[in-house]
Amino acid sequence: MSAPAESRRRVLRRTVCLSLAVAALGTGTRGARAADADLVARGAYLERAADCEVCHTRPGGAPFAGGRAFVLPGIGTIYSPNITPDRETGIGTYSDAQFVSAVRAGVAPGWKHLYPVMPYASYARMTVDDVRAIRAYLDTLHPVHAPAPANAVRFPYSFRPVMIAWNLMNLPSAALADDPGQSADWNRGRYLVEAAGHCAECHSPRNIMQATSSAHSYAGAVTDGWRAYNISPDPDSGIGAWSDTQLAAYLSRGHAGGHGTAAGPMADVVSHSLRYLTARDISAMVTYLRTLPARRSDETVANITPDALATGPNDSNGGRLFAAACAGCHLTTGQGRQVEVADLWGARSLGETQGRNLMKLMVEGSRLDTAQGAMTMPAFGPEYRDQDLADIANYAIGHFSHRIGHVTARDAASARGGEPPS
Amino acid sequence: MMAVTMLSRRGVLTGAGGLLLAAALPRRAARGATRIVEDETGPFAPNAFVRVATDGTITLILPNVEMGQGIYTGEAMLIAEELAVGLDQIQIEAAPPGDAYITKELGTQATGGSTSTIATWAGLRQAGAAARTLLVQAAAAHWSVVPDTCQAEAGVVRHLASGRSLTYGEVAADAALLPAPTAPVPLRDPATFRLIGKSQHRLDSPAKVAGTATFGIDVQVPGMLVGTVAACPVMGGILTHVDADAARKVPGVRDVLTIGNAVCVVGDHFWAARKGLEALSITWDEGVNAAVTTATIYRQLHDALDGPAIVAHSKGDARAAVAGAATRVEATYQQPLLAHAPMEPINCTVQVTPERCDIWVGSQVPLRARDAAAGITGLAKDKVHVHNQYIGGGFGRRLEHEYVIQAVQFARQVSYPLKIVWTREEDLTLDRFRPAYVDRLVGGLDRHGNLVGIEHRIVGPAVVARWAPEALLPNGMDDDLLVATAETPYAIPATRLEYARREAPGVVTAWWRGVGGTRGVFVVESFIDELAAQAGADPVAFRRKMTADNPRARAVLDLAAEKANWGTPLPPHVGRGVALQYVFGSYLATVMEVEMSDTGAVRVRRVIVAVDCGRVVNPDQVVSQIEGGLIFGLSAALYNEVTLSGGRVQEDNFHSYRILRMNESPMIDVHLIDSTEDPGGIGETGTAAAAAALANAMAAASGRRYRTLPLTGRQA
Amino acid sequence: MLTLQVNGVAHQVDVPDDMPLLWVLRDVLGMPGTKFGCGIAECGACTVHVDGKPVRSCSLPASLVAGRPVTTIEGLAGDLVGESVQQAWMDIDVVQCGYCQTGQIMSAVALLKANPHPTDEDIDQAMSGNICRCGTYRRIRAAIRNAAGVA
Repeated sequence: MSAPAESRRRVLRRTVCLSLAVAALGTGTRGARAADADLVARGAYLERAADCEVCHTRPGGAPFAGGRAFVLPGIGTIYSPNITPDRETGIGTYSDAQFVSAVRAGVAPGWKHLYPVMPYASYARMTVDDVRAIRAYLDTLHPVHAPAPANAVRFPYSFRPVMIAWNLMNLPSAALADDPGQSADWNRGRYLVEAAGHCAECHSPRNIMQATSSAHSYAGAVTDGWRAYNISPDPDSGIGAWSDTQLAAYLSRGHAGGHGTAAGPMADVVSHSLRYLTARDISAMVTYLRTLPARRSDETVANITPDALATGPNDSNGGRLFAAACAGCHLTTGQGRQVEVADLWGARSLGETQGRNLMKLMVEGSRLDTAQGAMTMPAFGPEYRDQDLADIANYAIGHFSHRIGHVTARDAASARGGEPPS
Repeated sequence: MMAVTMLSRRGVLTGAGGLLLAAALPRRAARGATRIVEDETGPFAPNAFVRVATDGTITLILPNVEMGQGIYTGEAMLIAEELAVGLDQIQIEAAPPGDAYITKELGTQATGGSTSTIATWAGLRQAGAAARTLLVQAAAAHWSVVPDTCQAEAGVVRHLASGRSLTYGEVAADAALLPAPTAPVPLRDPATFRLIGKSQHRLDSPAKVAGTATFGIDVQVPGMLVGTVAACPVMGGILTHVDADAARKVPGVRDVLTIGNAVCVVGDHFWAARKGLEALSITWDEGVNAAVTTATIYRQLHDALDGPAIVAHSKGDARAAVAGAATRVEATYQQPLLAHAPMEPINCTVQVTPERCDIWVGSQVPLRARDAAAGITGLAKDKVHVHNQYIGGGFGRRLEHEYVIQAVQFARQVSYPLKIVWTREEDLTLDRFRPAYVDRLVGGLDRHGNLVGIEHRIVGPAVVARWAPEALLPNGMDDDLLVATAETPYAIPATRLEYARREAPGVVTAWWRGVGGTRGVFVVESFIDELAAQAGADPVAFRRKMTADNPRARAVLDLAAEKANWGTPLPPHVGRGVALQYVFGSYLATVMEVEMSDTGAVRVRRVIVAVDCGRVVNPDQVVSQIEGGLIFGLSAALYNEVTLSGGRVQEDNFHSYRILRMNESPMIDVHLIDSTEDPGGIGETGTAAAAAALANAMAAASGRRYRTLPLTGRQA
Repeated sequence: MLTLQVNGVAHQVDVPDDMPLLWVLRDVLGMPGTKFGCGIAECGACTVHVDGKPVRSCSLPASLVAGRPVTTIEGLAGDLVGESVQQAWMDIDVVQCGYCQTGQIMSAVALLKANPHPTDEDIDQAMSGNICRCGTYRRIRAAIRNAAGVA
């Protein structure tokens, strides 16, 4: 039997990029539709901003060829489709209008209603021109023959027209129009946050209809076992206490001194999307985020400085394990040893006394791509006992955030159980 | 430090010389300049181990490779003692492949099974003495006096009456013309030893501390490029397709090479090669092992606990004794696959030309490496030159040479010297593993709590059947499995040892530090503790009673118990465990003190070891080996298990294959017993002791038995 | 082109931005005293000093240390603490296979420079990120104790 071998070690990531995409035009394959190099370049950039690749790539699979599984509790498992220009299994036969309809209205050719795992409620607020540009870019990709596995969805959700009703209630119908009362920067930032970047899909809680809540917008929510934090301007539970520089650094590099490092799904977003955006666009996002309504939530940020660190070694089981397995990167002072992303002061995961994200991170590991290469935290889940993981988490929460951690072995077990399938 | 059962305890080495690597240098004379020298044959080379140049350079050629066990120092001491030179007057070299270095103990030129000192104890002293005799004869002839009136000391021959003296260098040319002694020359009276039995500093310390010691991975050859390898992650699978377009575009990548089951990306440096490897798209035909899981392996072992088996050893009628016993105790023990995980990842540097093949590698089996390379390249064996290097941890891994074969297969495709360095992930997942075993023991006690008999069945692979098929016993027994099981320190009236061989699918099994001793001591000493508990006896007293006829065993047991304050009260949650063993020709008693928290964390607080390993060459290094061997064994006993899923090994780096750290390592006190017996092996004894003493201590601390390794750490 | 300051000497190297310092030292500058053990900062064999602090060079892109002082095992000669630690290692014969020991020594030197009189617990904490497969921990601890107080 023969099986395609994913590299044992690393998921093969697409090495970017624009230049290649444009170069592909020169070899002239996809005809007149892709003839406009500017359009393709714009589409490539917008694809980054909309972060299509992460969801449309199976771990270890060809980029954009789909197959990544999304487990929706109580609903079933949905696989992302192939969006390479393959004519049989991809979007090669879509007309532009069909593509735009799928992305913005959630309706694929054949009156096939997509599930809102695809964030079309956000993409509906992108302009038709921008979505067409993304299409132009996707057309320059190498077609990959990769049929998507069949979705396994429970009734009534398996009856796709159910989504029509959902769409009627929850789907915005028009692209965002610029607000003349706001700066161009703000409008650009709003477009990137609300439409292309679809930040609310994770950071806003969902209502009973599984639509993102506007009343609690950006107050944080849990997806796939990870908490997407409150990114409203509330100073205690949101980003109100962050400086513009810190916010911009976090978005563009995945790390801000005093606020820790993006991990899990947010590391994916930075790796594949945000780090490719221009400084100006990042700054525009910061401008817009500052104007969101402040929302209080349960998670508060622990603002502890390194000077407040208890000195001397810690002889608890967690402290000893941290010195052995974690300090190689983080140092026992938590200030990071060789790279800035290992500096964990002020990380929000360390302020959560239930340790939800901390536990997910320790169990699954994380990978953040940067200009200096991939920064990885290995997955400690397979080797360490639940109790050991809980001990490390409680030590870290106490030591670096001056809070009393309440993480239990059961929390570690549930972090294992909540692992997204791969 | 590794590997095979001793077949005999004595060996005399003879043969003609050659050389390769100048390894350690006199202590502090030079901060470590390790140099590779090619054929510095001096005029005086009376045997394969000693060479004296006219400039006075004295070179000792050491038959065993240094991988941490201190053997360069110990063997240099043996020769230097009889040659009458100081350790600061010599340089030492690793032996090249050569028949002169084949030992009876292992049947090939190999370093393993804790056999080095056992095998060379007599022969190396004889080699030194023979050389000294000739040098003295040459000087005496120069002065026209009888040799008996001369004395050699510190590399100088003196005529006692006249006070005249000549250095070894000055008489080397003359000595080279003298015929070698035809009979063994007399050796020193041990009472007059200057070096042996007195702790000497390691000769390799200065270079290793300065960072100038050359390990295999450090070899630099002009024009060399660096490759790294992905072999089929499922054992037995083959390569069907590789798309290397993206890899070839990685800056610094120079070549993509393939062999039947692996791909090698070659670059200007390791980083380019590794990035290239990640960019490959490889398709394997995973073959028949694609579905193997750890559960498959264990199921097969447990299934063989009943059904046919060979009787490997028996004494008395154990079946009848157990059947008629007042009380019976039965227990089944399980041990996992283990990786070697030496700190130096697998590597091998090879240059193949039409005329010759050069291999720079750290190998415990240089002769096998040479012969394999000759077979692949079609070159004569004497055209293959194996340059043995310092080994950054062997533990049995370098008793294999499949990575040398792989490296030669890649290197013969190119014109440049090729250094292959495996990633840690490759090193761990494609290791050759210590087998998993299942043992069942049934023992009987009489009304007074005396052990009357044990029936013991071992189920597992026979490593020797692959590694040295000719050494498999005629009845199908791997005699490594007799270690610590057929031969124990105890007088047991009746014993029966059965063996059901089951080879593990999906992995290649291999020797691992402590070999049969490590697996056997855990099983037998755990069971002895269970019997003692059933008899209501103190574990030390129960063992002591069975060693009345074995004074060496009883002496180490008594000494360890005394030093550990056996029997004195301990705090709550703390327990003491004992293990007594006779393996590799040495007696060890180990007492371990363990603390267990309510949440299951295990902390080893203190280990006390008493050892009788016969005559000791370098006492401080015996202590060092026991300390290190225990730590090595504790890592495995507490944490380590290699698992398979879909035919692939899951543990791929130190975050998933946990190694004991400094803040987990206990205090260790080692007590040596003076002995005039022939030397026993020592490099693996500590490892063999660890799991049994630990399991017994945990049982004492917790009140429950632990029969499955690893004992903790792993998510159940 | 990158300028690296290694043991007081400036080296111009042309390497990818993501190339770890370890491989630049070993395969470009020909300084093999710093060892490759795991590649994920779990074992400490590759420890060197950057700005005087102990770092794992296998996980440190060389491009991040351009112009900053790097000290490797080869650079300890003439350093009072460094030579004292090396001497302490030799005095009690710490090494076995020796492969991890250059990394151990770099971690120990950094510890003693920051804390000239460490307690056993301080030593354990600072050194537990360095794996020794031969199990020389007890002697490493003793050697550090013996070398303490020099700085």
